[in-house]
Amino acid sequence: MLKINNLQARIEEKEILKGINLDIKPGEIHAIMGPNGSGKSTLASVLAGRSDYEVTGGSVEFMGKDLLELSPEDRAKEGLFLAFQYPVEIPGVSTTNFIKSAVNEKRKYLGLEPLDAAQFLRNMKEKMKLVEIDQSLLSRSLNEGFSGGEKKRNEIFQMAMLEPKLAILDETDSGLDIDALRIVANGVNQLRSKDNAFLVVTHYQRLLDYIVPDFVHVLYKGRIVRSGTKELAKELEVKGYDFIKAEVDQELA
Amino acid sequence: MHEENDDILEQITSSEYKYGFVTDIEADEAPKGLSEDTVRFISAKKNEPVWMLEYRLKAYRHWLTMEEPKWPNVEYPPINYQDIIYYSAPKQKIAPDSLDDIDPELRKTFEKLGISLNEQKRLTGVAVDAVIDSVSVATTFKEELSKVGVIFCSMSEAIQDHPALIQKYLGSVVPATDNFFSALNAAVFSDGSFCFIPKGVRCPMELSTYFRINAANTGQFERTLIVAEDEAYVSYLEGCTAPMRDENQLHAAVVEIVAMEKAEVKYSTVQNWYPGDKEGKGGIYNFVTKRGICAGDHSKISWTQVETGSSITWKYPSVILKGDYSIGEFYSVAVTNNFQQADTGTKMVHLGKNTKSRIVSKGISAGKSQNSYRGLVSVAKNAGNARNFSQCDSLLLGDKCGAHTFPYIEVKNNTAVVEHEATTSKIGEDQIFYCNQRGIDTETAVALIVNGFAKEVMNQLPMEFAVEAQKLLAISLEGSVG
Ligand SMILES: Nc1ncnc2c1ncn2[C@@H]1O[C@H](COP(=O)(O)OP(=O)(O)OP(=O)(O)O)[C@@H](O)[C@H]1O
Ligand SMILES: [Mg+2]
Repeated sequence: MLKINNLQARIEEKEILKGINLDIKPGEIHAIMGPNGSGKSTLASVLAGRSDYEVTGGSVEFMGKDLLELSPEDRAKEGLFLAFQYPVEIPGVSTTNFIKSAVNEKRKYLGLEPLDAAQFLRNMKEKMKLVEIDQSLLSRSLNEGFSGGEKKRNEIFQMAMLEPKLAILDETDSGLDIDALRIVANGVNQLRSKDNAFLVVTHYQRLLDYIVPDFVHVLYKGRIVRSGTKELAKELEVKGYDFIKAEVDQELA
Repeated sequence: MHEENDDILEQITSSEYKYGFVTDIEADEAPKGLSEDTVRFISAKKNEPVWMLEYRLKAYRHWLTMEEPKWPNVEYPPINYQDIIYYSAPKQKIAPDSLDDIDPELRKTFEKLGISLNEQKRLTGVAVDAVIDSVSVATTFKEELSKVGVIFCSMSEAIQDHPALIQKYLGSVVPATDNFFSALNAAVFSDGSFCFIPKGVRCPMELSTYFRINAANTGQFERTLIVAEDEAYVSYLEGCTAPMRDENQLHAAVVEIVAMEKAEVKYSTVQNWYPGDKEGKGGIYNFVTKRGICAGDHSKISWTQVETGSSITWKYPSVILKGDYSIGEFYSVAVTNNFQQADTGTKMVHLGKNTKSRIVSKGISAGKSQNSYRGLVSVAKNAGNARNFSQCDSLLLGDKCGAHTFPYIEVKNNTAVVEHEATTSKIGEDQIFYCNQRGIDTETAVALIVNGFAKEVMNQLPMEFAVEAQKLLAISLEGSVG
């Protein structure tokens, strides 16, 4: 579904991704961990098509298409979803209205009729239950004045509404209380199917108790330096990154 | 990123002005330039009574002593008032007795603009006065309206048929001597609409005037007068467009509203004069004086404007709150793009007791445009318990445009409560990217954000026009993101 081959990217002359290789198949959950500033969000942004980043080498194939050739909105409509580490606020635009536009833009792209108000509402009600989000939140302006946790939950709600093929969750667990964490994880697990995949960026092994990954990768200095199973995350929890850093720095030296 | 954004901006702001066509029609014109003879020429063309000519001449002589205002926050080369044609009327074979006799070319022009002069095909519940260049060519539903005593006709007709009313009210709210452009208008105005709602009548349909500039090198100087007697109600809408031309054209209109006891007048404008091209060439200079007086107790005047066109806009629809418990409202969305400049706002003059005013101004600037809100709230010494609330929000698209707010507050009575709130925000790259990531392209994202921003004002528009105005907003701004 997603094939990243030797991907390199920079921002303002600064090399950040220095050759990422990653292969994600339908039905899989991959976790990416790594110290602050190692390039995790950069990878997510580059995949989503943020234009601040310049791709300087490598290729990405998504659902058989050259992802890097597609505009950000077309990537989204092809089924790529990014739950942002820091969701933005858009005053004046109600959350419901925003999601409705997003859903219908995607339907248009796929050659489907727009959902009418009743269908959309029914759909929304169902997904609201899934992530236990409140109606009152959805009638407010998008993310405006939402608490940190509410913003994250709203990201997962949008994911549920848009039913992506590949969802990238960038630290969706940060700032969530224990209950919210369980709800978000629960939402992900219910949306999980043999046809879709998740790329979960996190700092905490705790999340991986709820969303059990098939693979865990460690990103350090713009490269994936270790890959393993969920046991790798447990090892990191105990030992920290120092041992990996030391090994990698030695290899690089 | 910036380069790329500029590209998108370039690309989409180049969307064509939809109403820029010219109708090829023979016109009856005054010679270029302005003098007493020009004033006499116009008055004679219209077969005006002597008192009207006198009124014009007096205004003209006063105008000669005045200077063009320099205080608005706009820049333009000096206007040569001798280089303008002050009267241009499409030649119709005969003065049309009925709507069926209207020149087909003219009828087509208005149809292209989405205005039907055919009563059968009318917009539900809207009567139209269609003004092209200097004259009104048709007014629909006159008969139906006259059954309930509502007078809705062109200003020229009103001067002939209702001289007493015109003599009583014309210039009663905006005197000819008020300002440079109102004096000019009083001297050379050629047409416009007159609307009179008698005591106790709720006007059964929306009234609207559609102004169209067609001829080159002409100025348009129309005059609108609305009088609502005790307990009368009317909702009035004004729309306007002009062809694309390289020269700037002057539009200096005057609108006066009188609301008597318990009367209510709602005046909405969707202003879409040609804004000039992307380089700032051409476009209409829109120098307009609009003022209403809440003459009676418990009366209400409400201005709603959606300003998307013109290369320069200079306009401050105002309300004089003379009657006790009267209410004045001003709801405005002003959009500027490319090289457009707008200096617009309102004046709320509280004279009566327990008067209330509300100002909601939403300025949206894109491209290299400048957008200023200028508003005055004044409370006179005897105006006890006056209330005002002003909300002025600016939204910036890109970083080459400017938004400015000039609120003036003059309070001479200490029981007054005057509140002013202002915000400035910017559509950020982050917001656009967020929308893009959800599958919403940049154009749609801008439209979504802008319409959200302007919602409070758009909601004030009559239903029939709200959708149209929303589209207009989106078109005026397409792609201006930074
Ligand atoms: N606009 C920018 N200009 C310069 N450097 C940048 C810019 N944006 C990101 N960086 C740098 O790129 C590196 C990678 O950042 P990124 O956000 O991808 O890290 P991360 O792995 O997501 O970190 P965290 O765990 O803290 O979220 C950091 O050193 C960061 O400072
Ligand atoms: Mg990050």
